Amino acid sequence: MAHQPTPARRSRRLALGAALAASALVVAACGGGDGDGGGGSDPGITDESIKIGGHFPLTGVAAPGYSEIPLGHKAYYDFVNANGGVHDREIEFIAKDDGYNPAKTTEVVNELVLKDEVFAIVGGLGTPTHQAVTNFLNSEGVPDLTVSSGSILWDNPEELPMTFGWQPDYESEGKILGQYIAENMPDAKVGIFGQDDELGEDGAKGLKQYVEDQIVAEVTYVPGNTDIGPQIAELQKSGADVVVGFNVPSYTALSQLVSLKLNYKPEWLVSNVGSDAGLVGSLLEKFSEGAVKGSSPLTGLYTTAYMPQSTEADDPWIQLWQKVWDEYGDGSPLTNYKVYGMAEAYTIVEAMMKSGEDMSRESIVDTFEQDGGDFTGPNYVPFRYSEDRHAGIGGMKVVQLQADGTTADKTPVLKTDVGDAEIEEFTDSANTPPESGIPSD
Amino acid sequence: MSTDITTAVPAPPAGPSAMQRLLGLNLVRSLLVSLGVLVVGVLLLESTDAYTNTQLSSLTYFTIAAIGLTALTGLNGQISLGHGALMAVGAYTTALMLDTDSPLPFPVIALAAIVMTSLVGFVVGIGAARLHGPYLAGATLAFAVALPSVALYFKGTFNGEAGLTVISPRPPEWFVSFIDAVSGEFATSSKYVAYLGLFCLVIALFFALNLGRSKIGRHWRAVRDQEVAAEIAGINLGRTRVQAFVISAAYAGLAGAVMAMVVRLAAPTVFTLVLSLSLLTAVVIGGLGSITGAFIGSAVLVFLPPLVTDLSTDAKLSDTQAAQMSPLIYGIVLVLVMLLAPGGVMGTLSMAWRRRRARRQLTATPTKKG
Repeated sequence: MAHQPTPARRSRRLALGAALAASALVVAACGGGDGDGGGGSDPGITDESIKIGGHFPLTGVAAPGYSEIPLGHKAYYDFVNANGGVHDREIEFIAKDDGYNPAKTTEVVNELVLKDEVFAIVGGLGTPTHQAVTNFLNSEGVPDLTVSSGSILWDNPEELPMTFGWQPDYESEGKILGQYIAENMPDAKVGIFGQDDELGEDGAKGLKQYVEDQIVAEVTYVPGNTDIGPQIAELQKSGADVVVGFNVPSYTALSQLVSLKLNYKPEWLVSNVGSDAGLVGSLLEKFSEGAVKGSSPLTGLYTTAYMPQSTEADDPWIQLWQKVWDEYGDGSPLTNYKVYGMAEAYTIVEAMMKSGEDMSRESIVDTFEQDGGDFTGPNYVPFRYSEDRHAGIGGMKVVQLQADGTTADKTPVLKTDVGDAEIEEFTDSANTPPESGIPSD
Repeated sequence: MSTDITTAVPAPPAGPSAMQRLLGLNLVRSLLVSLGVLVVGVLLLESTDAYTNTQLSSLTYFTIAAIGLTALTGLNGQISLGHGALMAVGAYTTALMLDTDSPLPFPVIALAAIVMTSLVGFVVGIGAARLHGPYLAGATLAFAVALPSVALYFKGTFNGEAGLTVISPRPPEWFVSFIDAVSGEFATSSKYVAYLGLFCLVIALFFALNLGRSKIGRHWRAVRDQEVAAEIAGINLGRTRVQAFVISAAYAGLAGAVMAMVVRLAAPTVFTLVLSLSLLTAVVIGGLGSITGAFIGSAVLVFLPPLVTDLSTDAKLSDTQAAQMSPLIYGIVLVLVMLLAPGGVMGTLSMAWRRRRARRQLTATPTKKG
C-alpha cells in the first residue's frame, strides 16, 4: 500500500484534527457534569479505575471459539486487579456481543464509547465488523488497540492513528508457509483453499511469492455456504498433493470431512486462525454426527504458531495462563482462544504500565508507537509498532500437529513482513514472563 | 392522531369542489402530523445523550423500512422476506456515491438510492405479482439470500466480504450553528446523521400518510381484500401489485441510504436474512398495516435488546449470558404477541377501541353482539 498523501487524504486528516479538537472541546465542556474523574482527564479513567471494552461474537455462528477470547481478557484483568491493578487502578472490562454483524458492531461500539464512556476499545474482533467502527473510533479519538484480526487494514497510521493490529498479518503467514513448501516439498503440486475475503486473498498473495509455479489449483469458498464439495473435488482433479487452507476453523473441519468422503489425502497446511485442534476436533465430531472422533484426523496437519499453544504445558507462559485461568476462569479447560485473550490482555496491561500514572488516551497511543516494539509478551517475534507502522506480531514458525494433540516445530522462528521483505530466522531468545505474572512499567 | 392506514375510511362521495377541499384537508392533516413528528424528533434528539442519539438514528432507518413493508403487507397483502436485500441496494448506492473527494449533497444521493432500489424492486415486483402466499415468501426469501452474493461476485466494485466503508458526511456550517442555537452543543457527524435520518423519516411519513388515503391506497386495499371485485371495478391487479412493490422498495432504498451512514459500512454481513426477518417482526409486533405500529415495532427492535443486556448485566450475569438473554427475551415477546395479541400492538388497541365504541352505541338497545 502506498502512503503518498493525496490532497483528499490531507483534507481528511485536517478534518480528523478538527474533529479531535472539537471532541476535546465537548469533553472539556461536559467534563464538569459527569463527575468521572479529575478535571481534564480522558473518559473512562479515574484515580481508581480504567474502563475498557471490546466487541466479540458471543452469540451466533462465529461464537464457538471466538467467544472465549473475552473470557481470557477478563481472567487476566481480574488477576492484575487482585494483585494491585495498574498504577493502583482497577481495570474494568466490558465485552459486548455483536454476533459478527457489522451493524450490531456499530451499535455496541456506540454504546461502549458514548454511554459506557470507555477509555479504549481493546481486542475488537473480526475484519468486516471492526472495519465498521475504525473511522468512528479515530474521529472520536478513542484508542483502538490490539484488533483481533490479521488484516493489514489496521496498519494505517496516516488515516487510523488510534488503531493498532496485534496478531501476524495473513500475507506474512502466507509467505512463511510458501517458503516452507518451496524448501521442503519442491516437487509438490500445490492447491489453495481460501476464504473469499482478505484472509484468503492476502494469504494466497504471500504464498504465491514463493510457490507461484507450483500452484495447480486455487479455489475459494464463501463463509456461510457449507457445501464445499465442488471446491475439494476441483482440488482433487487438479492433482494437488499439498493443499494450503486460508480458512476459519469450521471450514477446516468441513474440508477434512469432504476429503475423507472423496478419499482425497493431500498434505494439509492450514493458517493459524483455522487450525485450533481442540475446536476443529469438536466440530468434526459434531459435523460427522459422531462418526469422526476427536482431532485424530488432523494429525500431520501443518500450521503456524506465533506464541506458545495451550498444549505446551511446560512453557512458562502457558504455566502463567494456566495459573490465571485456574484462579479467575470459569473452571472450563484452558484453550488456545483463552490463551489468545490473555496474551492480548497482557499487551494492554503492559502498555498501560508503561504509560505511567498520568496515562491518557494520547499517551497510551504514544506508548504503543514508542515502546511497542520492545513489549515483552509471549509472542516469539516482536510487534512491528512504531510511529510509521501499526502492524502486530512480525513472524511465526511452522509446526505440525501430533497425534497427542501437541505440536512439533518444523522451522525455527521466522521473521518477515508484508510485501517483498525477506524471511529471516529470528534468533533472539523468547521472553519469559515476570515472576509476578504482571508486566513491569 | 389517526395514522391507521388500513382502517382509513374512503372519502365519501361528494362534488368536485368538496372533493378538492377534502384532498386539501388530507394533505394538511398529513403535513401537520409529519411536522409534529419532526418537532418531537428534534426535541428528543436535543434532550438525550449522544448514545441515545445514535439509537434514535437506528430507529429512523428501521421505521422508514418498516413503513414501506407495512404498506406492502398491510395495504396490498403481499409478503416480502427480501426487504433487507432492498436496503442493501440503497446502502451500497449511498456508499459508492459518498466515496469520492467531493460527494454530492445527501438529498441527491438519497434520491439516487431510492431510484436504484425502485428499479430493483420493479424487477422483483414483476415476479412477485404472479405469486401468492408461501410462494411469494419463498421467492423474496431467495432474493434476500442471493443478493448479498452479488457483492462478492463483483468484488472490484463492492469490495467483497469486507464491504465499503462509509465516511459520514461532515455537518455543514448552517447545521452546526443551528444546533449551537438550539442546545448550545457542538454538532458531531453522528448528530448530523441522526438529523438526516429524522428528515428522511418525516418525508417518508408524509408520503405514507397521503398514500393510505389516496386513490392508490384504495386500489391496494381493494386488490388485497377482493381480487375479483377489484378487477371488475377496473383495477389492473398485476400493475397494482408491481406498483405496491416498487413504492415499498423505494422506502427500503431510503432506509438503506440512512442505514449506510449510521452503520458506516455497506457489507454483505450487514444485510443478512436476519435483517429482513426483523423488519417483518417489527411490522407484526406493531400491528400489520399501521404506521404507528411500524414506529412501535421498530422501537422495540432498537431499544429492547440493549435494555435486556443491561438488565442482565446488572443482575450479575456474565457478558456471554447477558448477550444470550436478549434474543431469548425477544423471542418470548414475539411468541407472546402472536398468542395474546395477534393483531400486534396497534391492531389490538384499535380493536379494543372499536369494541368499546360499538358497546356504547348498543347500550340504548342491548341486543346481540355485532
